[in-house]
Amino acid sequence: MNARSSPGRGNGVIAFTFVVALMLTALPMPEWATLWRPAWVALVLIYWCMALPGRSGVLVGWSVGILLDVMSGTLLGQHALALAVIAFIAHKLHRRVRVLPVWQQGLTVFGMVFVFQALVLWINGIKGMPVSLSAYLAAPLVSMLLWPWVFVLLRDTRRRFAVN
Amino acid sequence: MSRLVCTALVSVLLMTTDHSAQYLQTVRSALSTLVYPLQYAVHLPIRSAAWVAENMSSRETLIAQNERLKVDRLHLQVRLEKLVELESENRRLRTLLDSSVKTGEKVLIAELLSVDMNLFNRRIVLNKGRRHGVYIGQSLVDAQGVMGQVTSVGPFSSSALLITDPSHALPVQSHRTGLRAVALGSGAADLVTLSHIPNNADIRVGDLLVTSGLGARFPHGYPVGRVTRVQRDSGQPFASVDVEPSARLERNREVLLIWATGQRSGGALIDSSYHLGAAER
Repeated sequence: MNARSSPGRGNGVIAFTFVVALMLTALPMPEWATLWRPAWVALVLIYWCMALPGRSGVLVGWSVGILLDVMSGTLLGQHALALAVIAFIAHKLHRRVRVLPVWQQGLTVFGMVFVFQALVLWINGIKGMPVSLSAYLAAPLVSMLLWPWVFVLLRDTRRRFAVN
Repeated sequence: MSRLVCTALVSVLLMTTDHSAQYLQTVRSALSTLVYPLQYAVHLPIRSAAWVAENMSSRETLIAQNERLKVDRLHLQVRLEKLVELESENRRLRTLLDSSVKTGEKVLIAELLSVDMNLFNRRIVLNKGRRHGVYIGQSLVDAQGVMGQVTSVGPFSSSALLITDPSHALPVQSHRTGLRAVALGSGAADLVTLSHIPNNADIRVGDLLVTSGLGARFPHGYPVGRVTRVQRDSGQPFASVDVEPSARLERNREVLLIWATGQRSGGALIDSSYHLGAAER
């Protein structure tokens, strides 16, 4: 009701969650922990694509990815491509995944973040940067374990501000 | 589906352009203005924590610190006096030799805004940008040695590649023997390697390497690191040499940006064959 009268507010909430995700990504961490940094932006994108597929999709993922590229100094389009692809996958799967219990959703999230990570690392590989196997698996694993908390947090945020 | 194909195509186009040409530099710097507040906000708690620590520190510690700094300053001043003397002597001798190496550089202190989150990139973001006169290719040092060079500049911030980044190469020279080499980043936090050192070259563990100034990117004579391992394998054409950077690459909050006021201009040393790819492969 509230949201229908002012659709702009929902967009503000969605944008805010992405801003928080970008900030968490930029948070300085000790050397050993960088490998285990969860893919915050990917997690938030997957949530919005599954919860509100009408409002967030490939284009949103791509735009946020460009910002992530600028922030992390990677090639323009590297994270954008990866996020666009997982937004597409999340969009395709949202009906099937939404009904699952949260921990099973976590497995799907593992797959999607793996695709994201693999795309980013492949492009790094094409540029000639060294890549280790643990880099492929660490971020998806941590993201999967964090998914229930991210999910509950974002769902409550969405309900609290009546974004739909 | 069509959206995905479109965005994928645009991404690939952007990436190839970004990788091979400089056109996208303006787009990047415009977007970096958008991201700057985020990086600033992330940095804020760390900065305020440091501020609080400074304000809460007790009188005694401050007095002790002050005392120590005074002593340090005295020592440094003595050395500086000697240095001024040496510098003028050096200049006089160089004019006698009719050489064109100029000394004297302008520096600016910059603070780290963020470090790269990618595992193998060694990249940092600084809180000084075009507004402060920072330019692409500018060298970055700390009190111990060379850190890296600026790779892109936004209005308020700039990002720099460290010498340990795998895509970075730095022309160096052994301080003891004058042997020239190229130091390549390894991707590890505290290791650069020397490439194409012949097996019979005179290089030992403990040798100090300084920038050679060739390639005209970095000023001449800044310390780069010390050799920690030399492995000569007669089956290999070149020796493998590991160097530990002397700059505290992973522990600094403040870095110095250098404006080289004088490069070697027209000296016989800069032959075109010595342009070692200007340090960015």
